[in-house]
Amino acid sequence: MLHTVNKSPFDKNSLENCVRFSRKGHSILLFEDAIYGALKGTRFEALLTEALKNTSVYVLVPDLEARGMRMENVIEGVKATDYAGFVNLSVDNKTVQAWL
Amino acid sequence: MEEEVIKKFLYVNRKAPYGTIYALESLEVVLIGAAFDQDVSLAFIDDGVYQLKKDQQTSVDSGIGVKDFSRTYRALEGYDVEKLYVDRKSMEERGLSEDDLLVDVQVFDEAQMAELMEQQDVVLSF
Amino acid sequence: MAIQADGKTIDTDEEGYLTDLSSWTEGAAKVLAAQDEIELTDSHWEVINFLRDYYNEYQIAPAVRVLTKAIGKKLGKEKGNSKYLYELFPYGPAKQACRFAGLPKPTGCV
Repeated sequence: MLHTVNKSPFDKNSLENCVRFSRKGHSILLFEDAIYGALKGTRFEALLTEALKNTSVYVLVPDLEARGMRMENVIEGVKATDYAGFVNLSVDNKTVQAWL
Repeated sequence: MEEEVIKKFLYVNRKAPYGTIYALESLEVVLIGAAFDQDVSLAFIDDGVYQLKKDQQTSVDSGIGVKDFSRTYRALEGYDVEKLYVDRKSMEERGLSEDDLLVDVQVFDEAQMAELMEQQDVVLSF
Repeated sequence: MAIQADGKTIDTDEEGYLTDLSSWTEGAAKVLAAQDEIELTDSHWEVINFLRDYYNEYQIAPAVRVLTKAIGKKLGKEKGNSKYLYELFPYGPAKQACRFAGLPKPTGCV
């Protein structure tokens, strides 16, 4: 199962809830303003580090770079993906839950 | 005639009513979709729980000038949509209990809700 | 568009549904029915009143399947079937009866 999040964790609780309902083996994709949740040094770092123990977390690089960030700013273990990767994730997973 | 395939549909509702159009849109999609005899479940998480609060009082003619669509949740049974699930944490952190809700629901913890999501063929998020 | 009933002008949309639910009168129902060449009998009124009650309770016009089932429950099996309802409302019990009852077109009806 793929979970997608597109809102900043500072604005919405989508990321927190996404992590709460994700299970072992699920994938989480952070894009648009949700990329802020993938960054080192924010108050959500612990939450994401915890999520990484069971799930694969991806960040959409074009959204990251557009916001002045690079993969080096991202928490260890979060994987980079691009638009094609986003499509593949959507296709490879039986269901997609969009945490709007 | 194609063979009828019954799929499992889950509607995930996470927005409060009235402030945005999500709740009403979701409800309308549920009602339209009900014509297709699928296996439908509704989940209420986060502010979505507020959609089911009793005693909502609106009318087209007074107050906020919008239809009180909360009463439509009580029609869902007639549409054979009877599986409504509420996230316990979302409900409790909003100071609500089952008695505050206008329909019968099942209250699920995280593990149950996650399992419900995993079982679906289609998840529609609002 | 509009109809004249009970000495009032009542607005309708392009499909003949009332634009303002509260403008409905029994006279309006009769006029709308006459346009479809139907004279309303007690059997028609039973369904129309049922629809108005349903709308007041749930704020929607029921889909035809739901209407049929609910009528059966309330008025008896011999009335809760599509044959009976289509005889009363040949253009579709949900669509046409809702129009006479001053309700919007049922959600999901095209």
